[in-house]
Amino acid sequence: MKRLSLFCAATAILIATGAQANEFGDAEDGAKIYRKCRACHMVGSEAFNRTGPQLNGIFGRAAASVDGFRYSDGLTRMGNDGLVWDFDTLDAYIENPKAFASDTRMNFPGVKDAGERADLLAFLRQYSDKPRDIPEAAPTATPREVDLSDEILAIVGDPEYGEYLASECTTCHQLDGDNDGIPAIVGWPEEDFVVAMHAYKEKFRPHPVMQMMAGRLSNEEIAALAAYFGGLE
Amino acid sequence: MALNRRTFMGATAGAAAATLAAPHVYAASHGGKPKVVVVGGGAGGATVARYLAKDAGDALDITLVEPTRVYYTCFFSNLYLGGFRTMESLAHDYGNIASAGVNVVHDYAVGVDRDAKTVTLASGDTLMYDRLVLSPGIDFIDGAVPGWDVSQQNKMPHAYKAGSQTELLKAQIEAMPEGGTFAMIAPPNPYRCPPGPYERISMVAHMLTQMNPTAKILVADPKEKFSKQGLFEEGWNTHYSGMIERIGPDFGGNNVSVDPDAMTIDIDGAVENVDVCNVIPAMKAGVICERAGLNDGNWAPVDGATMQSRIDENVHVLGDACAQGDMPKSGFSANSQAKVAAMAVRAALTDSRMFPAKFSNTCWSLIAPDDGVKVGASYEATEEKIASTDSFISQTGEDAALRKATYEESIGWYAGITSDIFG
Repeated sequence: MKRLSLFCAATAILIATGAQANEFGDAEDGAKIYRKCRACHMVGSEAFNRTGPQLNGIFGRAAASVDGFRYSDGLTRMGNDGLVWDFDTLDAYIENPKAFASDTRMNFPGVKDAGERADLLAFLRQYSDKPRDIPEAAPTATPREVDLSDEILAIVGDPEYGEYLASECTTCHQLDGDNDGIPAIVGWPEEDFVVAMHAYKEKFRPHPVMQMMAGRLSNEEIAALAAYFGGLE
Repeated sequence: MALNRRTFMGATAGAAAATLAAPHVYAASHGGKPKVVVVGGGAGGATVARYLAKDAGDALDITLVEPTRVYYTCFFSNLYLGGFRTMESLAHDYGNIASAGVNVVHDYAVGVDRDAKTVTLASGDTLMYDRLVLSPGIDFIDGAVPGWDVSQQNKMPHAYKAGSQTELLKAQIEAMPEGGTFAMIAPPNPYRCPPGPYERISMVAHMLTQMNPTAKILVADPKEKFSKQGLFEEGWNTHYSGMIERIGPDFGGNNVSVDPDAMTIDIDGAVENVDVCNVIPAMKAGVICERAGLNDGNWAPVDGATMQSRIDENVHVLGDACAQGDMPKSGFSANSQAKVAAMAVRAALTDSRMFPAKFSNTCWSLIAPDDGVKVGASYEATEEKIASTDSFISQTGEDAALRKATYEESIGWYAGITSDIFG
């Protein structure tokens, strides 16, 4: 099976925070790796919750959202905070479950090999009806995180005002693009920046500081920031 | 001698004449570029100087007056106590600010003549200004803790200006006898870094848990409540159960005196022997504000839209020293205010644009390894004050992964803000 590159706005953001996964693997090979999971999980038409939740429709599903399954507090909280399973979040989780969610009840050391994880996710993807963030769906079928009108997206930002506003951002986000602990925000395509800020403003993204910072910015101010930061290398 | 502006200026001029044949007067004539003098090279002053140089370096003559060549940030200095940072990692110099075009003068500003628009330095030199920015931080109120004054700070350190005081406090804690007592006299509101004393308690408790687990921590506190109280108390119960006793005002925490020679503290008549005593006295604006006649009470009132003094429009006061409204006195706040001040100074002295003032603050605190919490708010300027518009705080009962992420975020923030301040 060919490997397809993956791109969508969410991926761009995850790359900014350090995730590197961007390829799908071989579903047939993935079926063999899935044997490790079968002790606890089921997938397919007859699947039900056992020690672990059933995995049908996992792509695009909010974390900890299968009815009738008792999750750890940590995963439940992440789900409430907006964590959605897609290729990158699943990849990070199965690489090292305890590192991703320290109290997870998934008692599994993880799949360390990135190629094996890609294969496993290619296998699991077959059981998700309308998977988000997968190659076949991108780019046209990939929804934006927030519905923004053409008018908002068409606003031309004032970079000089953006530079002044940006001075609030640079208290935490470094202009040299360092992303240790706090993500880098320079050099993004302007539309990705605008979508991300509106996603915080509308509280679709879960970070409280960013919800507050974005929450008081007008559409014009968001466009101004996007124009300024987009112009930085 | 009680100082007022005129007598002080006279005294300084005499002293200078006695020691220097011809004291320098920088910028003696008022031709050339408009002059900005910034007093204080911390989170407020260094930021304003750097932003002015970055945005208007060709149009302005910018001087930063800061006594120390190496600045140790107060923020994160508690993490040094806890063993999570080295002192070197808190050190910053002014090389990048000087390279950006700021004239950095390592001297004390000892007086301001607002009529002549000059600042006098301890060396006797005089700096002329068109706009003055004061960001001197805090000084302690004399007699706030009976028995203590700054001459006792080696016996009972305040460690509320980072550097040698912080190192001294850590050395004293390390030298405590087994099962000894660490005492803190906490300050009344308002003071620098509201969660600071309680993060310090957490870090001292972490230290003692490692090296002296039967030691006790005694806190005398004049305040009923304190910043992030629920989060700290939850963490203290979890990580340091039984080690920390806090005596609030209901039990005499507001009626405290100390005896540095005897190493005792008296809390509402009950005398305790202690091994280390961290006295954090009541605070006021850095004394230069008082000397400049810009205080109303202990702090210098400002208009939040521009950070201009309400007493003199040619002077901007930033950070801990100003009375502005709802923002806490923090390095983050000072840095935030500095950007508004830089924008306003630039607009006043060049033809650059004025934008609406926006402010924000977030204070992270570390309670134990990988157990970080935060509180923050956004602000805007109203005619009356800087007013809070929105806020958030970490919640009790959060899971370990979120607390770890919050701590890691604070490390990223430290790197971000220090490069924003010092270049």
